Amino acid sequence: MNSHPGSRHVTLAHGSGGKAMRDLIETLFVRHFHNPWLTPLEDQARIGLGELSPGGNRLAFTTDSFVVDPLFFPGGDIGTLAVNGTINDLAMSGALPLYLSCGMILEEGLSITLLEEVVESMGRAADAAGVSIVTGDTKVVPRGAVDKLFINTTGLGVIPEGVHIASHRAQPGDAILVNGFMGDHGAAIVDARGELALDNPVESDCQPLQGLVAAMLSACPDIHCLRDATRGGVATVLNEFAQAAQVGMRLEEASLPVRETVRGVCEILGLDPLYLANEGKLVAIVPGEAAEAVLAAMRSHPAGQEGAIIGEVTAVPEGRVVLATALGGERIVDMLVGEQLPRIC
Amino acid sequence: MKYVDEFRDPAKARYLLGEINRQIEQIATCQVRPLQLMEVCGGHTHALFKYGIETLLPEVIELVHGPGCPVCVLPMGRVDDCVALAEQGGVIFTTFGDPMRVPGSRKSLAQAKAEGADIRMVYSPLDALKLARQHPEREVVFFGLGFETTIPSTAFTVLQAEREGINNFSVFCNHITIIPTIKAILDSPDMQLDGFLGPGHVSMVIGTRPYGFIAERYHKPVVIAGFEPLDVLQAVAMVLRQIAKRRAEVENQYGRVVPQEGNRAALTALSQVFEVREYFEWRGLGSIDYSGVRLRQRYARYDAERRFSLPNLKIADPKACQCGEVLKGILKPRECKVFGTACTPETPLGALMVSSEGACAAYYRFGRLQQQTPAHSRETMDQA
Repeated sequence: MNSHPGSRHVTLAHGSGGKAMRDLIETLFVRHFHNPWLTPLEDQARIGLGELSPGGNRLAFTTDSFVVDPLFFPGGDIGTLAVNGTINDLAMSGALPLYLSCGMILEEGLSITLLEEVVESMGRAADAAGVSIVTGDTKVVPRGAVDKLFINTTGLGVIPEGVHIASHRAQPGDAILVNGFMGDHGAAIVDARGELALDNPVESDCQPLQGLVAAMLSACPDIHCLRDATRGGVATVLNEFAQAAQVGMRLEEASLPVRETVRGVCEILGLDPLYLANEGKLVAIVPGEAAEAVLAAMRSHPAGQEGAIIGEVTAVPEGRVVLATALGGERIVDMLVGEQLPRIC
Repeated sequence: MKYVDEFRDPAKARYLLGEINRQIEQIATCQVRPLQLMEVCGGHTHALFKYGIETLLPEVIELVHGPGCPVCVLPMGRVDDCVALAEQGGVIFTTFGDPMRVPGSRKSLAQAKAEGADIRMVYSPLDALKLARQHPEREVVFFGLGFETTIPSTAFTVLQAEREGINNFSVFCNHITIIPTIKAILDSPDMQLDGFLGPGHVSMVIGTRPYGFIAERYHKPVVIAGFEPLDVLQAVAMVLRQIAKRRAEVENQYGRVVPQEGNRAALTALSQVFEVREYFEWRGLGSIDYSGVRLRQRYARYDAERRFSLPNLKIADPKACQCGEVLKGILKPRECKVFGTACTPETPLGALMVSSEGACAAYYRFGRLQQQTPAHSRETMDQA
């Protein structure tokens, strides 16, 4: 990296609080996250309450940590994940995401070029989503104490008046929607680890969803439940909704959107796309009568073009998710226990 | 998806279900108890539940989930040996994914990994050999597990290690063979089975001939079956047709994959590297003669049992655990005393609850629906 002649790897000095750390912050973080709240380099970002209140009447506040391996994968990297993941956690309350913090834990010896790629990527992702990274923290730990680079992001957003999204609000008659192909991120990570040599690599679906949520809310302000289907996939989210609201969920196998390549990965490894991780997919529970309107709004937005109605909320079995198979049979879709492990044969 | 969707066509499934019902009508006149068909392979158990096939079959067909999941039949003492191997200094212990959570008497491999043992999940024994190349200063042990489906790939890997002169690679061999096990089940005094869905992947290697004794000596029909839903339905229809016509033969539904003579190259490698053990312990089934294999003396340097000192203890299964009865088809998983209470996928007592192909895990994950709501699509024998 040109701005760090003679210092191409992170050293413990970069976390010491001294000059090396100041240089790193100014030449990397301030440069790529440039905004009026961060630039004064105080220990906190100062945000006028008047800037927040026009957007709604409640704050949404969330935090998440990102430890993905590998750091770079088709369709994204740990930086885009850290920004979009926290934006999406805010968006799932219907909030407009506004500000993020960025905490970095760096392994001694990490390439500064690699770090800059991640930081640059975070800056780009934040710009694209219209949010600002306004405060942060950097720690360096001895080699081996972390795996290269961990990121924590905390987010702040404002929830518009009249929006009440909560997992216990699912009720019989509601429709279940997803905004596109399931499992792309999980399959991309498996592929990027070099465990499969796919002819058509899958790209992660990492993307911010606040624009899509806004479009869906304009079609139906009374969306009952929303959640991004990250680790544990769509199946886990639906089980959480079913248990929170004590209702049943009935999925139609034939309606589940799964990309051909992802189906192939699942076939080879004995995995179920319903449980694969996503980074740009949400599950929505909306009143049955609004389902088509929300679907149309979804499909008119770039993040929801492959959106689909995948099932409905039912009165029974309480707290359970049932899949109607394409053959006409039925089976339970349970919570994931442990992690999905490839089968022996 | 080409070559997959063709085997999941709902219209063809409806046709085959009609065929199954027609055969049942013919059998029903002379049959006084439910028909018990054993699917030997865990892959079939998984398919039956994954596609909801059990909810579609007439109630007079009782599917018995056989011993064909190698993870499920692994005795606790062997899991302890794996943990002991993994915890030896300098060892990288490599395994397929699904044995990771099988409980040993002290801990599972997953727990040993969390405590610091260097245990790595691989997709093939060749991945383990690659690790041995990359870490010449370490001892890389591959957990050889599975039936004839996976034995040849272990054999090829040992041969490859020999060709390359790699000396820091060995196999902890727990490979087992299916034929003596089916024979042990057929010789069991409480056996009531009417027919078998044969294990498709095993047959890809050994062919169809080795099952001849089931038809000839025990007069039970066998249909070697694939793992797609239409494969399973067609195989059930074929078994029923044999029963209806009072035939007992070995038929091959999985002809697109299974040659009658098996795979000669795989069989050659298998017999070159491995020899039959006189006895091998199965979880819940006890010792079955000639049901396991070990490396031949010539390949002793690749045999982890010879290279390392192992506890090699026989550990009794937990008293409450009825995996053995379930494996033999005497109990349905939900009839086990601890099913879904003390034994769940999160806290498994028995291996049948751990592996995704284990009968209990399949019942727990997919099958509890039938317990709660009667399947509307079933027909009873009386109706037939």
